[in-house]
Amino acid sequence: MITIIYFARLKEALGLTSEQLLLPDGVTTVEGLRTLLMQRGGVWEKELGPLRSFRAAVNQCLAQGHTGVKAGDEVAFFPPVTGG
Amino acid sequence: MRVKIQTEDFDLSREIATLRQGHPEVGAIVSFVGVVRDFNDGDHVNQLCLEHYPGMTEKSIESIMTSAHERWQLVDCLVIHRVGLLMPLDQIVLVVVMSAHRGDAFAGCEFIMDYLKTQAPFWKKEKTPQGAHWVEAKQSDDEAAQRWSQSVPRL
Repeated sequence: MITIIYFARLKEALGLTSEQLLLPDGVTTVEGLRTLLMQRGGVWEKELGPLRSFRAAVNQCLAQGHTGVKAGDEVAFFPPVTGG
Repeated sequence: MRVKIQTEDFDLSREIATLRQGHPEVGAIVSFVGVVRDFNDGDHVNQLCLEHYPGMTEKSIESIMTSAHERWQLVDCLVIHRVGLLMPLDQIVLVVVMSAHRGDAFAGCEFIMDYLKTQAPFWKKEKTPQGAHWVEAKQSDDEAAQRWSQSVPRL
């Protein structure tokens, strides 16, 4: 299982703060996970699609598409940051 | 190095006095205070709500401060960032950097603030007379952070 957390615009658009997900065989990276989530269609496809800008973190470190994801990880998806 | 994420306001003088204690080698203290404006991109702003990623936000700011320490001769630094509901005139963020000489403190403070804007997970939602919306990230903030990247390892 992995934990996925959503923040800010993504959290509101998806209507979800966090979820637990059993990683299917073959999903080993952030990009793989994004593709899997987009297959849910509708707002998932829109928010995680190429027209929306977002960032990802794995175990609280900023991640790239090729960053590995494995059981036990905490993955977060969020919009570009706007603090300060 | 200290990072505080809090809903309460902060007092600049008190924070500097605490940070300075026991540091007679400090000759320069530079601070930056970010406050809530009542306008953004042409909209009047009534209220701001700040969200963060507990855990990652602190780690990310600590990593930025560590980079600043590696690059300049700093004695100590402090970042306080408020979250939750804020109004125009409220203070949002405080960065304090101490060093023996002013050049290091000026540069370190600006570096920490530039990276905080582009790397630390905070998100602002503005409430305006037209409704509430999430603030979009600015290209100019990315460019400000990139100015430092020539000789600094990517965070």
